[in-house]
Amino acid sequence: MHEHDVIVVGGGGAGLRAAIAASEEGADTAIVSKLHPVRSHTGAAEGGINAALREGDSWEMHAYDTMKGSDYLGDAPAIETLAKDAPEEVINLEHWGMPFSREDDGRVSQRPFGGLSFPRTTYAGAETGHHLLHTMYQQAVKHGIQVYDEWFVSELAVTDHEDPSDRQCHGVVAYDVKTGEVEGFKANRGVILATGGPGQVFEHTTNAVANTGDGYAMAYRAGVPLEDMEFVQFHPTTLPSTGVLISEGVRGEGGILYNAEGERFMFEHGYANNEGELASRDVVSRAELTEVNEGRGIDDEYVHLDMRHLGEERILDRLENILHLAEDFEGVDGLVEPMPVKPGQHYEMGGIETDENGETCIEGLYAAGECACVSVHGSNRLGGNALPELIVFGKRAGHHAAGKDMKEAEITTGYSEDAEPGEVDTPVEPGAVPTTSDDVAADGSGGALADPTAVVEEAVETEQERVERLLEKDEGLQHAAIREDLQDSMTQNVNVFRNEDGLKQALRDIREARERYQDVYVDDPSRTFNTDLIHTIETRNLIDLAEAITLGALARDEFRGAHWRQEYQERRDDEWLKHTLLRWNDGDPELFYKPVILEGENKTYEPKVRSY
Amino acid sequence: MSTQVPETETDAETETESKPHQERRLAEKEARREAADRERAAREELAAAESTVHLKVFRYDPEVEGKQEPRFDDFHVPFEKGMTVLDALMFARDHYDSSLTFRHSCRQAICGSDAMFVNGSQRLCCKTQLGELQEPVRVEPLPHQDVVKDLVVDMQHFYDQMESVEPYFQSEDLPEGELEEQRQSRENREKIKMSTRCIWCGACMSSCNIAAGDNEYLGPAAINKAYRFYMDEREEEDLEEHRMRILEQEHGVWRCQTQFSCTEVCPKDIPLTEHIQELKREAVKSNLKFW
Ligand SMILES: Cc1cc2nc3c(=O)[nH]c(=O)nc-3n(C[C@H](O)[C@H](O)[C@H](O)COP(=O)(O)OP(=O)(O)OC[C@H]3O[C@@H](n4cnc5c(N)ncnc54)[C@H](O)[C@@H]3O)c2cc1C
Ligand code: SF4
Ligand code: FES
Repeated sequence: MHEHDVIVVGGGGAGLRAAIAASEEGADTAIVSKLHPVRSHTGAAEGGINAALREGDSWEMHAYDTMKGSDYLGDAPAIETLAKDAPEEVINLEHWGMPFSREDDGRVSQRPFGGLSFPRTTYAGAETGHHLLHTMYQQAVKHGIQVYDEWFVSELAVTDHEDPSDRQCHGVVAYDVKTGEVEGFKANRGVILATGGPGQVFEHTTNAVANTGDGYAMAYRAGVPLEDMEFVQFHPTTLPSTGVLISEGVRGEGGILYNAEGERFMFEHGYANNEGELASRDVVSRAELTEVNEGRGIDDEYVHLDMRHLGEERILDRLENILHLAEDFEGVDGLVEPMPVKPGQHYEMGGIETDENGETCIEGLYAAGECACVSVHGSNRLGGNALPELIVFGKRAGHHAAGKDMKEAEITTGYSEDAEPGEVDTPVEPGAVPTTSDDVAADGSGGALADPTAVVEEAVETEQERVERLLEKDEGLQHAAIREDLQDSMTQNVNVFRNEDGLKQALRDIREARERYQDVYVDDPSRTFNTDLIHTIETRNLIDLAEAITLGALARDEFRGAHWRQEYQERRDDEWLKHTLLRWNDGDPELFYKPVILEGENKTYEPKVRSY
Repeated sequence: MSTQVPETETDAETETESKPHQERRLAEKEARREAADRERAAREELAAAESTVHLKVFRYDPEVEGKQEPRFDDFHVPFEKGMTVLDALMFARDHYDSSLTFRHSCRQAICGSDAMFVNGSQRLCCKTQLGELQEPVRVEPLPHQDVVKDLVVDMQHFYDQMESVEPYFQSEDLPEGELEEQRQSRENREKIKMSTRCIWCGACMSSCNIAAGDNEYLGPAAINKAYRFYMDEREEEDLEEHRMRILEQEHGVWRCQTQFSCTEVCPKDIPLTEHIQELKREAVKSNLKFW
């Protein structure tokens, strides 16, 4: 068994920042990650990172834009923390050597981004995430943080008290991809989940193949609520054939969207008369799909994004990477022709419920980054707001886990006093399929109430048995088929446009996937680098996540931010200024709600009609 | 504009006119869709008939009987325009043999995990179009690295070399006030720009003859990493000296014999050989200064 003070699961932007912070506080810190840190998906972020750094801008303006962008579903204490801490964190990155793009006077450059009232997006070319990830990994090396790379974490070691808020997390169980060993990692102070997004729930996504939402699913099954999962962001400009992202920076620099008839539809069809292409992402995504659905799309599939008029010099200076992407993945030369684009899954606004210090309702369990929901993005994330979230809340989680004194959080977690039970009418029963203990899909029973070491040991044992069963089974279904059908159904039914029939169909398909999963088996018998096994475990996580997203979407009968419902075309603040929470209660997903916190430090954010 | 709305349309008419306009569009869309369906059906037929791509893929697993002896497996994967080598490998794995093992993640040339030896040269599979390759397409693990299984190689040595050059910013010369960045000129950022693009794919190291013969040679990627810091004007001069000492060691820059193979294969177009040469010149300059 390995033992450290703080164990960070995941080596992306959030995980690295958390680990560095914990290590700065003197904690013996380790990162356990299924990919080597520099392979994490943070490296793919292109556009930039928001921080109020300049005269004329202020953290208050950043907070206001974020609240408005969220369609009033963000919590003020989280949003204000983000806006206040971001400048220091961005300067910190600069001090660590991050190669930001520069102005003539040597200061870091900033550019406009959708939904921002000030050009506050700092960037490093169109490869901001790559530089951020590598800069932070370099600091992790400098701090001598131990990295277990290519270790797949499959389960949390949590005590089995009946009420999740009484449970404690003592570590994780991980599988050494290279050798096939299942081992325990005991955390004396805390476990931080920083496992990134769940894009693979959908077929067309900007996310990496490794983004399978493992952290969400592990926390969910351990009893932590998932919050606001129905809010899935679709990015309006992805390449049609692969889902590769064309950064919002293109529109920020002045790129224009055209339909098949050569119309600048954002204005000409009145989708956003003021902001045009720079309206927020949900607005632009819907506009594009409406164009396509009404017959004005190109090849009935996409629209054009044109940046030629920006001129070669400016494109090469600020968007060079976009030229490479369009060329390599779509065969289009962005300097001489417009690029084809359509909406694709991009970001999960919801996630593991945490407070401003990154802590969940289970003691010793933290989450940060895309897998967490402190609730800064509400129902729609503004471009350039995820990267500051990683570093601001990654750092706070790291500090807290390492034992630093933190101001008490204002956001409550778990099923607390202000929680209100919810109900939703589903066509099939959601949740776990009944299993016997030797089924491949059977779960562990949770650790005994004994000492921490015993809790980890027991979790390891259950996990070893599960892996054994998957490997020993000789025939049945392979995960790839289940995964593909699941992704298809989600793309079909839980996409940018949603309606009740589609959502119910998705629930039926998810149920079917669950039932088929009972029969799953791993064909590759090897213990060495068995990716078949890893993908099989991931697929199980995808099923849980797909269900959480769909259940939340079916329950929320209003139109807010990224969540559009055909039957309900209005935002209904009287009933829905609240967060959706879903908790795994012995395999039975339990729905409840808690109010949004609109009171900030100096003011209360009044919900207004969002217009762009 | 290609729209054929009659020019005479007035504001008042737009309301009533927009309907037939809309219907026309929908009818056109329907017609296009039918045409597309026909085309797709034809394509599928063609695919079923012959449009496949032939891959020869290296297989090896130390643990599984029958795979302990390295061999090549043949896969015939349905071909679609725009398909990359990675797409083909994924198809083969998901539809024919789930034990086929390779690293991959981002599918957009940024995570650096799928560098392999394709038709005799080091490439990122996700960035390599199948249509541009001669058939059969041979896919092998990166040469000169230990094979773990199938197309997966052990990257530890590469990581160790990368980390041996102290690849982290060490400047102490930070501006007073908390919220003040260090200044860097545009020229200097431009100077280090290419060197910061490295994604740790290991292609360069695998292509280098010298690295193959001298296990301790820092290798092109690590030297490039050192270049990135050495040339950054924000680090102080005494650090420069420290970095030069690492670069000038026995297995450092002087081992490079300017064969350019690293530069040729780097998927990020980093001028590696040039960077190494520049550092050699710097080494000479600093030596002159010391003597
Ligand atoms: C293409 C693209 C462009 C973007 N551009 C921007 C932008 O310009 N600005 C912005 O603010 N945001 C942007 N975003 C969003 C932002 O980049 C992501 O939300 C963010 O990088 C996620 O970081 P993370 O640290 O939470 O997760 P990741 O970087 O995805 O890291 C997850 C880590 O967890 C590990 N992991 C996962 N599962 C397991 C497991 N079971 N066991 C062990 N380890 C595990 C992985 O190995 C990885 O190290 C973009 C996103 C995408 C996809
Ligand atoms: S220098 Fe180029 S080839 Fe070498 S590891 Fe970096 S990206 Fe790969
Ligand atoms: S899959 Fe990431 S570089 Fe190819």
